[in-house]
Formats: sequence, C-alpha cells, structure tokens
Amino acid sequence: MQRIIKNDQVIDETWHLLAKDATLEGLSNCADLIVPLALWREHSHALKARDGGLGVWLDADEEVEEIADDLGHFQVIALNFPSFTDGRHYSSARLLRERYGYRGEVRAIGDVLRDQLFFMKRCGFDAYAIRPDRDPYDALASLNDFDEVYQAATDQPQPLFRRRS
Amino acid sequence: MYVYDQYDQHIIENRVKQFRDQTRRYLAGELSGEEFRPLRLQNGLYIQRFAPMLRIAVPYGLLSSKQVRKLAQIARDYDKGYAHISTRQNVQFNWPELEDIPDILGELATVQMHAIQTSGNCIRNTTTDQFAGVAADELIDPRPWCEIIRQWSTFHPEFAFLPRKFKIAVNGAVSDRAAIEVHDIGLEAVSNDAGELGFRVSVGGGLGRTPIVGSFINEFLPWQHLLSYLDAILRVYNRYGRRDNKFKARIKILVKALTPEVFAEKVEAEWAHLKDGPTTLTEAEVQRVAQFFVDPAYQPLQDQSAALAALDAQHPGFARWRARNTAAHKKPGYVAVTLSLKPTGVAPGDVTDKQLEAIADLAERYSFGEVRNSHEQNMILADVEQAQLFQLWGELREHGFATPNIGLLTDIICCPGGDFCSLANAKSIPIAEAIQRRFDDLDYLFDIGEVDLNISGCMNACGHHHVGHIGILGVDKKGEEFYQVSLGGSASRDASLGKILGPSFAQEDMADVIEKVIKVYVEQRTEDERFIDTYRRIGIDPFKERVYAANH
Repeated sequence: MQRIIKNDQVIDETWHLLAKDATLEGLSNCADLIVPLALWREHSHALKARDGGLGVWLDADEEVEEIADDLGHFQVIALNFPSFTDGRHYSSARLLRERYGYRGEVRAIGDVLRDQLFFMKRCGFDAYAIRPDRDPYDALASLNDFDEVYQAATDQPQPLFRRRS
Repeated sequence: MYVYDQYDQHIIENRVKQFRDQTRRYLAGELSGEEFRPLRLQNGLYIQRFAPMLRIAVPYGLLSSKQVRKLAQIARDYDKGYAHISTRQNVQFNWPELEDIPDILGELATVQMHAIQTSGNCIRNTTTDQFAGVAADELIDPRPWCEIIRQWSTFHPEFAFLPRKFKIAVNGAVSDRAAIEVHDIGLEAVSNDAGELGFRVSVGGGLGRTPIVGSFINEFLPWQHLLSYLDAILRVYNRYGRRDNKFKARIKILVKALTPEVFAEKVEAEWAHLKDGPTTLTEAEVQRVAQFFVDPAYQPLQDQSAALAALDAQHPGFARWRARNTAAHKKPGYVAVTLSLKPTGVAPGDVTDKQLEAIADLAERYSFGEVRNSHEQNMILADVEQAQLFQLWGELREHGFATPNIGLLTDIICCPGGDFCSLANAKSIPIAEAIQRRFDDLDYLFDIGEVDLNISGCMNACGHHHVGHIGILGVDKKGEEFYQVSLGGSASRDASLGKILGPSFAQEDMADVIEKVIKVYVEQRTEDERFIDTYRRIGIDPFKERVYAANH
C-alpha cells in the first residue's frame, strides 16, 4: 500500500487515483476515488450520485478556474506535477486556497520530491504523494527547511515586513 | 548599505543547512544528477568544463569592504586565487570543489552573503545603476526598492519553478545605466505631478536567442502596490508562459504572443484580486529599508575643478584617466571612481585575491568602506574626495586598476566563454584580448571615443552582445568557432538591438574586422559624433562594404 504525507505525518493511502483516460465503466460505488478532470466534466451527475468519497485531479495544464464552481463536491483536489520543475500548480494551489476558499485536501501528485515540500506547504498543499521510489519518512524533514519566510502566502498571510519586531 | 537583522540572518543560515544536506544526499547517491540540478542551480552552482562554477549574489552590486575581504579569502582558499565580476553585478568562482560548496556558503553567511537564486528558473538578483545613491542625475535612489524586491523574491514559494529565469532591474536616474528595457521586468522610479512616488513598469525585454526591447504596461504604479503588482505579473507568467520549449519560455515570448496590451489586461485582472492585500507595502517598511541607504558622513567640501585641472596639465596620464574613469557625484567635492578590470591581457572582469584585498583597503581609506560592481564588469569606489583623487590614482596604478578605458572600445563586456563555460559555442576571452591588443594606442583609443563592445560566446548572450554598439557572438560552424558581428545595439535609454553585419568570421580575423569597422566610423563621423550616432545616421551598408570588400 502506498503511503502519503498528510498534515505532516505519513499515513496509509486510502484513495484511488484514476488514470487520465478512465471511464465510468466498472467504477466502484463505495471506494474513495480521485477522478481526472475530463471524467468529472463529462459525468459529474453520476459521480456525485456515488456513495464513496470524491476527489478530482488536474494535470499541469488544467486550470483551477474549471472547477471553481464545483469545489463543494470534492474532498480532495490533487494537482499533478509531470516534472518537479513544472511550477504551474504552485499558483493553482494558492488560488484554490486564497481565492476560492477551498478547505478540503490539496494533494501534490506526480514527480513530488522532498525538496519541493516546503514551497508546496507554503502555497496551501497539505498532502503529498511522494514519488514511490523515495521514502516519505525522510521527506518529512524537508517540510521544515526554513523557520522564517519573507512573503505572505497561504500558510502565513502576513509578510515578514508586517511582523518584524 | 542594507544590514541583516536576525530574520535575514536566520533565513540564510537555514539555506546553508538545507544546501549542505542536499549536497550530502547528491554525493551519497540519494539524489540523481537530474534531481540535484535545479537545486544546485538555484544556489548558483553550475557544473562547468573543468570544475563547478559558483555564482555568488551581490544584491544590486553593493559590497562592504568586509565582504570583499571574504571574497578574497574564498578565492584563495577554494579557488585558484581568482574571482570574476559577472554582467549581473555578481561574483563568480570558477574552480571550487563541489564538496566545499556548503562550507563556502557557510563562510559567506558570516558576512551576510549567499548564492541564493543566482541561477535556475527563478527570480534572479535584482540589478540597478552602479552609481545609485551618488549619481548627479539621480531622481530617486533605487537601492531601497531593490532590497525590498530582494526580500520579496528570496524563496518566493510560488515562483521557484518558473518556465525560465527571470530578471528584474530598477533605474532611478535620468540616464538608464541599469538597461531596464532589456529585462523581464524593468522598473523606473518616477514621481507623478502630485509628487508621489511610483514606477513605470516594462515587461518582456530580454536578450538571449530572441532579443526584444520591453513594453511599458503601466505608466505609474504607486509604490505601495509594487509587490502585489509583481506578484500579478509573475503569476500570469508562471501559469501561462511556455514550458514546452526552453527557447520560447521567457516572459518576452508570452508578452509578444499575447501582445503587450492583452498581457497588461491579464496582469490587471490578476492584480485586482491581490491589490490592497497584506503584501501592500507600508510607509514603515520603506522607511526601515531606506534608512540603510542614507548618505554617509560627507564632509562639506567644494569642487576642486581648478586644482584638478592643474594636475591634469602636469600629468597627462592623470588627465586621461580622470576623463574616462571618474563620474560626477551629487555632492560637491566628491567624485565616483571606476576601477577598470579591463587591462589588456586579463580576462574582462577578473580580479585576484590580492587585488580584492587591495580594493577593500582602498574602499576603507577613500570611500566609506563600500564598493560596487557594475554590469560592465568593473568595480567602483563611489564616494571619493576630489582632493584625494590624485593620490588614489597613484595607488590604483600600482594595483593595475587605472587603465583609462571606461566606456571605450577596450572596456569590453565579455562572458567567460568557451574557456570555462560548457554552454559556449566559442571562446570569447581571446577575442577580447586580440581587440585590446590591436587598440593599445591610448591616443587612438581616446580619439575613437565611446564604444560599447560586447562579446558573448553563445546565444545565451551573457556578454549582452545584442546591446553592444558593436556586438560579437560566438557561433559553431561544423565544430569550428566563428564569430558573428552586429552593429547598432544600445542598452541605454534609447535601447536598440544590433543588426547583423553579415557572414561570420574566423577568430584570427576578428581584430582586423573591428579595425575596419572603426575606420569607417572615423572617416564618416562628424565632430563629436559617437560611434552609435554615426551608425544611426549612415546605416550598416558602409560598414558592410568595407568589411567584406576583400572577400570579393
């Protein structure tokens, strides 16, 4: 079973991430599913009618604006990093938290390595599916690489210049 | 200059610790080369031809004598006794060992220095006028704003993995010595009719493979909103800049594709959400930062025009040096002095550990203990008493800093090129040297007057060849090194990009080619006309005809 980091702890994964080309066919009614954006757009009624938990995932070129009106339906929003150098979803996470007020889980998936975690946490991520070939316990340490920051962000709404004493 | 408080110090110490662990994991095989790459780049560490190159940040080019001494010590202990001033006012070491980098960063942190974001696809060192705070033509001191931007950009969590590198420059003077219009964002500090301070904002300028002069998208951004507006620009770029092709990933390509008008609308729409939020700057913060940039303890002095003119008459060498290497100062009796790092036979911008120590010492004795780096790769003592100028000149000559060539043909901007850099197509240092040797007659050099000659060893344009009055670009033709010449570029307020003269030349022909170009200018110029003005008047054809004549 894969493990993920959630709220600064390593926990067992309970959600199933569906592939980008997944269809409704054979979907479990009661499993907790994170579905690709295309499936949600096409079959939102059917997905909402299921008993299991529902999440959605966005690829790097898919925009949070597309789900901005649907946020109440998702317990998890996963944002995919096709490569750890693709930084688009740092902005997506901040928009979800700061502009659209999303309070559920925002999870980083894909090429997620420990050295991104501090920045991700600052941008509003609270769950990280560390790449399977790496140890999530090792990665925990990087969540606290810095204990002071200059900018306002999701985790610290006041920039340092408003907090200096 | 700005002095760290416990917060600033804490952040760079955190960084040293973080990078020490990242380096350890890489050396232990826990991080692959590909994974370590963006991490080391964000710390200025390149893997080069012979050894790693470490680029150290010199925020907006300002150094204390203590910092200069530390750089000298690092050059001695970890390099081969050299440091190199880069075209972004930073300092580079070409010979450190990878294993030593965390220790070097630890040393730097003791003097409030670091290598944060000196490379990689993130916001780089903010640059400005090397005469900031002392220039006679300055309207607004850009340095507090540079420092405010430095803090905002340092480890900005949202913008650490941009499509490509991102460079910001700030100008506050009548002349634009910061070349703001060829930056991703150029900021010009201005006052409006009501006397309020704000910024004119240019976006999408840049050199590299696709050189473009930036477009002004905001004519007056009130200072309070500087950071939220920068956040808005960066967010639009981070989300919509191209990531499929590294050569089309700079913000200039996005601005061009959308048109500056549409890009500006997108920024406005994003900014509407961010404006007046917690990132809105406060009077108190601007005051806090600005107090570090108040004038040093200037003496009430008089200009020494007559005394200096008398010295000029007695010492033609001094006169020549004074004409080229000093700049007007806002305070009577003071002058800004540029130390030329461009003597013939030395790679442009190189200094030795001993020279750095001499500079630190001179700064303490002549210039309130401060030094500046210029993007032209020279160093500056900004606050020298005119009455001490002659004595200083003598000391500069002893240390090899008094070549009277600032702004002249031999004050060449030059990247490290194929001698060091693994990206380069061709060497650039030997070309600079060949040209310097050809124009070694000072009378002739002075007669030619102001010419910016810039050399880059490849398309990445670290030597800013597009904006040289004469630009030289190293190109690779079937494995051989050739050089393309362009004319008519300018990085000043009237920024323009050079036009390619024609087919490229072999290395051994370069000095001849430049000599022919200069001869056309000398023949065609009217009295007091600079090279760039003659070029603009007569166009490229007369130069082309002369240079390629022998080939027909």
